[in-house]
Amino acid sequence: MHPAYSVILFTTMSGAGYGLLIWLSALGLAGALPPTRTLGFFAFGLAFALIGGGLMSSTAHLGRPERAWRAFSQWRSSWLSREGVLAVASFVPAGLLAINWIFYESFSPALAWATIALSLATVYATGMIYQSLPTIRAWHNPLVTPIYLVLAIATGGVIALFFLRAAELQAARPSLVAIAMLLAAAALKWSYWTGIDSAQRTYTAGAATGLGQFGKVRMLISPHSTANYVMREMGYSVGRRHANKLRRTALWVGLIAPALLTALSLYAPAGTEIALALLAVAAMAFGIITERWLFFAEAEHVVNVYYGAEAA
Amino acid sequence: MTSLPQSTDKKLGLVIDLDTCVGCQACATSCKEWNTGGYSAPLSDIQPYGVDPQGTWLNRIHSYEIGEGSTSRTVHFPRSCLHCETPACVTVCPTGASYKRAEDGIVLVNPDTCIGCKLCSWACPYGAREYDYAEGVMRKCTLCVDRIYNEHIPEEDRIPACVRACPTGARHYGDLGDSESKVSKLVAERGGYALLPEMDYKPVNRYLPPRPRRDSNTASSDTPRPAEKPVSTGAAIERLFKFADKILSR
Repeated sequence: MHPAYSVILFTTMSGAGYGLLIWLSALGLAGALPPTRTLGFFAFGLAFALIGGGLMSSTAHLGRPERAWRAFSQWRSSWLSREGVLAVASFVPAGLLAINWIFYESFSPALAWATIALSLATVYATGMIYQSLPTIRAWHNPLVTPIYLVLAIATGGVIALFFLRAAELQAARPSLVAIAMLLAAAALKWSYWTGIDSAQRTYTAGAATGLGQFGKVRMLISPHSTANYVMREMGYSVGRRHANKLRRTALWVGLIAPALLTALSLYAPAGTEIALALLAVAAMAFGIITERWLFFAEAEHVVNVYYGAEAA
Repeated sequence: MTSLPQSTDKKLGLVIDLDTCVGCQACATSCKEWNTGGYSAPLSDIQPYGVDPQGTWLNRIHSYEIGEGSTSRTVHFPRSCLHCETPACVTVCPTGASYKRAEDGIVLVNPDTCIGCKLCSWACPYGAREYDYAEGVMRKCTLCVDRIYNEHIPEEDRIPACVRACPTGARHYGDLGDSESKVSKLVAERGGYALLPEMDYKPVNRYLPPRPRRDSNTASSDTPRPAEKPVSTGAAIERLFKFADKILSR
């Protein structure tokens, strides 16, 4: 699949934004983060900037962005529509939570729970947009949505830790949770890659044309002399050698390095924790964008078997 | 509304005969011509005379080679929307622009409400939907909904443009939900099949497989060859002719 930058940015940024909202709510509920004005302003500000920036970026993917409001209407059948509805709905408790936090320096557990629930639901819907497509084997995989959820929480956690460090708050237990989420994401991603590599590719040109009964089907003449939309959008594929290199980048830079840096910050001399936390955020951002690029570039669409691909 | 109708009154669709299709592209050209002025107008082209021309087409004709060596054969394979009974391209649509008509089963995109998110094209295993880069909306086969019910054109033209254009009669149009219809009978008689049934989109369109191969080796077994010389019956008239032939040949 063609890795569109608008969609890569949208899913990574809004994922981290919802993850951060989940962490702010959870830390507030755990009493680990007092509702102070400055911290609230920057932390909620960043969360809303990530989500808003992601949503803005996603409209860049649309041919008719001015009609985007119509996408809220088909939540009965469409995961994309559900995601839009949930994304907007989550702004209600999250926005009220932020207003309470920043302007009144008070914390509402009910709003925090609602923020957590709707944020999780939004990320779940994002994952389901991909997982529900039977045409793309690498996406029609039960690990896709759990990975989206765990990655959102892990990336939000690394950013939340930076705010804890910046506010010079106790971060030992949140750090352990974040490390656990990062390692869980790494394990899930690893098993996802192993799974898609060993998956049987049952769709062939013979099966897709119904002509396999007469022998091996080979493309003789393409319907068009230059790539059409279907080829441009669905025909993108990344070489196996590059994919392996990028997988290692995503795993080591995006997940394991932030986990190590977070662990290190627990034992680092005072004053250096914030630098380590910032480094963890930077490494994670680079690695997760690589991971998301690969999520698209590695995914093979079944339509390619009509265009000469061996199997999909 | 992108939820699918429980059932449709009719299942209008195409039956494509891979035995007689010659890959002439007339159906694709005729489709483009009609639809760039019809329901889906325009079907944009980008750089049509440039080095990398591309455009939106609703019908694409592949040619495949099947088998090896002297027994291989070429099959031309038109590919367009199959107007599935349970198409995920419709249910994934976030705006309701994609829909399946309850009256005849035609799957359409409303070009006035499509936001061009392209998700429907990801959901289609058949590559039937093409995005119009210039207009920012998705395009697909309309089964010439603006011809088949059009009382302003002669009755013989009230069929999809591709069917009308096909010079070998390889394309048939009708109600595949009616087992007594011409197309349904054709499918039953020729063993018509659906594409990728395991995807469970339940395509309405059917493809008729190529007939068994006929060449110099296999053709003789079909019809007995005539004897090289007529067999003599020994009748009196025949002997007279033989005698005359002998005299005249001197």
